[in-house]
Amino acid sequence: MLKVEEQQPVEFSPSLLEKFGEIVKRYPEGKHKSGLLPILHETQAELGWLSTNAMDKIAAYLDIQDIEVYEVASFYSMYFLKPQGKYVMEVCRTGPCCLVGAENIMIHLEQSLGVKEGEVTSDGLFSWRGVECLAACGYGPVLQIGPEYTFYENLNEQKVDELIYDLRNK
Amino acid sequence: MGRKLLLEHIHVPGINTLEVYRQKGGYRALEKAIKTLTPDEVVEEVKKSGLRGRGGAGFPTGMKWSFLAKPERVARYLVCNADESEPGTFKDRYLMTYIPHALIEGMIVSSYALGANTSYIYVRGEMMPQIRILEKAIAEAKNAGLLGKNILGSGYDLELYVQPGGGAYICGEETALLESLEGKRGNPRIKPPFPAIAGLYGCPTVVNNVESIAAVVPIINNGGEEYAKIGIGRSTGTKLISASGNIVKPGVYEIELGLPVEEFIYSDEWCGGIANGKQLKATVAGGSSVPILPANLSLKLANGDPRLMSYESLSEGGFATGSMMGSGGFIAFDEDQCIVRNTWNFARFYHHESCGQCSPCREGTGWMEKVLHRLEYGHGKMSDIDLLVNVAKNIEGNTICPLGDAAAWPVASAIRHFRDEFEWHVKEPAKALNINYGLANYAAPIAKAEVTIGN
Ligand SMILES: Cc1cc2nc3c(=O)[nH]c(=O)nc-3n(C[C@H](O)[C@H](O)[C@H](O)COP(=O)(O)O)c2cc1C
Ligand code: SF4
Ligand code: FES
Repeated sequence: MLKVEEQQPVEFSPSLLEKFGEIVKRYPEGKHKSGLLPILHETQAELGWLSTNAMDKIAAYLDIQDIEVYEVASFYSMYFLKPQGKYVMEVCRTGPCCLVGAENIMIHLEQSLGVKEGEVTSDGLFSWRGVECLAACGYGPVLQIGPEYTFYENLNEQKVDELIYDLRNK
Repeated sequence: MGRKLLLEHIHVPGINTLEVYRQKGGYRALEKAIKTLTPDEVVEEVKKSGLRGRGGAGFPTGMKWSFLAKPERVARYLVCNADESEPGTFKDRYLMTYIPHALIEGMIVSSYALGANTSYIYVRGEMMPQIRILEKAIAEAKNAGLLGKNILGSGYDLELYVQPGGGAYICGEETALLESLEGKRGNPRIKPPFPAIAGLYGCPTVVNNVESIAAVVPIINNGGEEYAKIGIGRSTGTKLISASGNIVKPGVYEIELGLPVEEFIYSDEWCGGIANGKQLKATVAGGSSVPILPANLSLKLANGDPRLMSYESLSEGGFATGSMMGSGGFIAFDEDQCIVRNTWNFARFYHHESCGQCSPCREGTGWMEKVLHRLEYGHGKMSDIDLLVNVAKNIEGNTICPLGDAAAWPVASAIRHFRDEFEWHVKEPAKALNINYGLANYAAPIAKAEVTIGN
């Protein structure tokens, strides 16, 4: 997972650092490590993914060991440890959504984007993957796109095509 | 029409804003609690209401609150569990999206009752839009003096924060949630000590589900005794049911506990029947972790009486012929659905979500997924079916947290009630790849004598 070539230097913008400062204020004295998950989200929203260097910088910011950041970032499914497409389309693949056609949506994504799950399209715009239940089972099939996690419900193939078209031409 | 306590005003335009929420009587419970009741009196009302935890376990909320340790000069915490990740469950997301102040008001009243001066709402990270909604609602409440220092001039202070998760079903388990809130991996803790003694940062902590906390508002407004009059027996009040699968009108419904399952599925007021004119094959009544039941047992108890949407009735018959209320995630399967495929899908889910701390869960869930995959894809052996039962049995009860049970029950119950469908996958692998087994003998209603109760 943590490869040497992923060591390019990173800079955190002043606005990102300001967000870090707001986050750590939410916890009692000495408990700033609680800010790790929200800080990882904010960092990923700015940089697109979490490189080793970015994680090391976060560790330094929170004054914790690097490994404390790696083990958290690798445990949770929302953190990307390698570069992704600009739009990561995450389709719910769990039971209730499958009852109403989620598997067809994933097949359709693979065909229309021309990449397998987890891969990035050659223009760098898209990747897609199946994720577990997104707490919207009554409105399935559903798909979300980070970093704001915009939600698309009651999908069918045509709606997916329109969405891809809109994002391509944005 | 059943009574609505949580969703009564959900369709009022602007109910997501403080202004409209207050016009509709919002924050009356807070004023009443903070101005006329002591914290202990609030706890007493919740006890009287009979409210049971809406997160899945159904533990009485008032009793949980009264277990909270109160050592001097030690902070106490209330943490709201908005991790909602149980497949089939989407009520908390709905409530937070459309009527966020119901949760915020509930959090303030509950924090007051428990003597917490800092409280957190732990929201699953994927619900970024809901996190923004809650943050906005908190800011509104704070500007209006309903949060922060000296709330409504009472001298009571409360800070309320929203914390995002990172995407992990296991963080819905309350001790994993607390670990996660401390900035760690979501590994469930060994209990005891329970959070009421040593929870967040080692301090006494109460963890409650979104719906449980929102229900505190009508309980304080109307009094615990009034709340307890709604429902049936020890299943008091109203419950949000997330209805999904092959029904005409999927969505979130507030029901009075005790509603017959048959009415819930077929009445136009609720699910509106099975979609596309098909027949019901099976239901999962309370989220993916509870036992699946064939149609006949979903609608009726083994003795032929109607099954009701209540904690007791849904679990009537134990594992042999019953299921559970769980989180109220009601999933309906029509005649075209393949039980083996769905069981494999759920097994994959639990394998993916196991935190890996205990070997029966880590290894067992992977094993079940693999065996179910080969059954579904036509490479299964007859002995695989008993192997699954055996693996499930060896996980159940042998793990640190209940995720192990949650993984075992769906598999065990699917085989208990649909063994012939599993056997058909072994006997007719080519067919199983192309067509579904269909309704066989599970249709509703079937005569009592035909009910096969295997165990
Ligand atoms: C694997 C697992 C996942 C859980 N997920 C949730 C969840 O998403 N939301 C929730 O409120 N409770 C969940 N629970 C139950 C919590 O551990 C806890 O019982 C609950 O939050 C207590 O609140 P309540 O008493 O108000 O129901 C889960 C339990 C387990 C074992
Ligand atoms: S039962 Fe599973 S999820 Fe729970 S602690 Fe053990 S390994 Fe982790
Ligand atoms: S199963 Fe897809 S959102 Fe729940």
